[in-house]
Amino acid sequence: MEHLLVPILYGTLVAATPLIYAALGELLVERSGVLNLGVEGMMLIGAVTAFGLRLAGHPAPLAALAAACAGAVASFFFAFLALTLATNQYAAGLALTILGSGLSGFIGHNFGSNSIPSIGHLFGLDPMVYLALLLTGAVWWFLYRTKAGLVVRIVGESPESALAIGYPVIRIRYLTTVFGGAMAGLGGAYLSLSYTPLWVEDMTAGRGWIALALVVFATWRPWRLVIGAWLFGGVTVLQLFAQGLGVKLPSEFLSALPYVATIVVLVLISRNPLTMRMNAPMSLAQAFRPE
Amino acid sequence: MRVVLERREEPLRFMQVGAPILALLLTIVLSWPFFLLLGLDPPATLKIFFVEPLSSWNGISEWLLKASPLILIALGLTVGFRANVWNIGAEGMFTIGAIAAAWCGLRYGASDHVWLLPLMAVAGAGGGMVWAAIPAWLKTRANTNEILVTLMLNYVAALILSYLVNGPMQDPDGLNYPQTASFEPAAMFAPLFSGLRLNASLFITAAAVVLSWLFLERSFLGFQMNVSGAAPVAARYAGFRQTRMVWLSLLSSGAAAGLAGMMEAAGPLGQLTPSISPGYGFTAIIVAFVGRLQPLGIVCGGLLLSLLYLGGEAVQMSLNVPASLARSFQGALLFFLLAADVSIVYRIRLRRR
Repeated sequence: MEHLLVPILYGTLVAATPLIYAALGELLVERSGVLNLGVEGMMLIGAVTAFGLRLAGHPAPLAALAAACAGAVASFFFAFLALTLATNQYAAGLALTILGSGLSGFIGHNFGSNSIPSIGHLFGLDPMVYLALLLTGAVWWFLYRTKAGLVVRIVGESPESALAIGYPVIRIRYLTTVFGGAMAGLGGAYLSLSYTPLWVEDMTAGRGWIALALVVFATWRPWRLVIGAWLFGGVTVLQLFAQGLGVKLPSEFLSALPYVATIVVLVLISRNPLTMRMNAPMSLAQAFRPE
Repeated sequence: MRVVLERREEPLRFMQVGAPILALLLTIVLSWPFFLLLGLDPPATLKIFFVEPLSSWNGISEWLLKASPLILIALGLTVGFRANVWNIGAEGMFTIGAIAAAWCGLRYGASDHVWLLPLMAVAGAGGGMVWAAIPAWLKTRANTNEILVTLMLNYVAALILSYLVNGPMQDPDGLNYPQTASFEPAAMFAPLFSGLRLNASLFITAAAVVLSWLFLERSFLGFQMNVSGAAPVAARYAGFRQTRMVWLSLLSSGAAAGLAGMMEAAGPLGQLTPSISPGYGFTAIIVAFVGRLQPLGIVCGGLLLSLLYLGGEAVQMSLNVPASLARSFQGALLFFLLAADVSIVYRIRLRRR
């Protein structure tokens, strides 16, 4: 069993990484009071962009950067609907997920089963694993140690007051939403550049939605989010190892574990209404029309 | 330039109907560059997309056959959407409904009994309701977000189906293919016209349209659901119980989606395979919005989205256009629709800074 410990730990860190990117972006978005259910779609757009560029022979950092841009552009469409036109945020996010799934499938329809070169390693892990942790620190520092972060939190708690003090609520929400899109794009890029590394239609397999659940699980705090992502990474890796070791359970039951685990943690964290009321941004998912 | 929303004194009624039409036109405009990109002639491609599928009796039969589950699922989802309960797990409820119905069909298929199909319908609706009861119970007891739970359960349902068709329900004489045995004729809906796949399950959907109209527009409970969606505070003052709204929303959408799964299994499929739904559960969300959350509108929405499916298949087969393009158009349609809907209540003005 001991010889398995290191691969399991490494595997956990790797499986957690796409979730950290996507959930960290969404965390900042939700902190500003916006709920973007389009994470899954933006991840797919990021994944297909990064894979396509890598397949065309471009360097991995450029591919990842382009994926972030693609995710940002995708989130911009959501932002226009949800912020400028103040439509229902749930519906706008769902539209983005459906659009992202279709569009990424269309862009990637002739990528075939081609494989791409690895993105390199540092102490056995690829650089994007470290970058995810660095970004977590950066988001934490931004939210809790800078004035701009404080403003974002105010906008999320009470957009009316923020506007009354003179902060441009809509513009701030645009910035956080586009940041969230870029991060989801990076999360997707990690999947197609390093984790798989292949392009398969709908390859995110619900990770965008798990990321949304992680934000709730983390009670909207960056470091708890990392711990949550590691937990999920651990569950994912353990079920893969269990399948590999021939555990006497149908593989479908093991594959269902991450989804069931998501439901279980949601129940555990939401059960106490006070926890939710204390931590959820007050204006989350409410349309805001400055009138 | 800045976009400014000004509230209208009177809502613009004609946009209730105009918005979906405008959204469809914008989607068609958007498709233009995509077709050019693929080296296709847009007008000719659009003709294959929208006209060709309906130019034969077989095409019309397929059109109604696909519209039927979409309409049924969307009717169920509408109950929840009106009360602000966001069920996006219709895909999973559809799957579990199909499994439950198929189990009955395979178990009692040889009995040739007249009550077999009704039994399968009850099993299908019941299966969907059981699957919907999980998020309802978790939401009312543990305050859990129904969006995330219903979505996660879609994946779990798909895995259960995969397990069953590879294991306990696999056809023993099926050469190890992941599929169940084919249903006996007694466990299938009879075709309405010989040579066409359209079957009697269409009447179930028709009945559901009437029933849901009565419920949503004419019953006190339906009224309560509208109020708790549109004005939750008012609903609380009036003493409408939120818990009941959640249960009702999820159970009715579960029953509808499960029944749709049964209709698909006992209709065009005739057996279970690992993939039984081309995304009906998600498309039905768009159908509900295109249909303005109203039964008659949903019929139109279902017919439109069904045509998008058929058109997508048609251009895929004759012009080799990837199927995912049709899915992109579905998403774009919802996008444009949400944007166009803003003009019902607001005047959209561009203003210089």
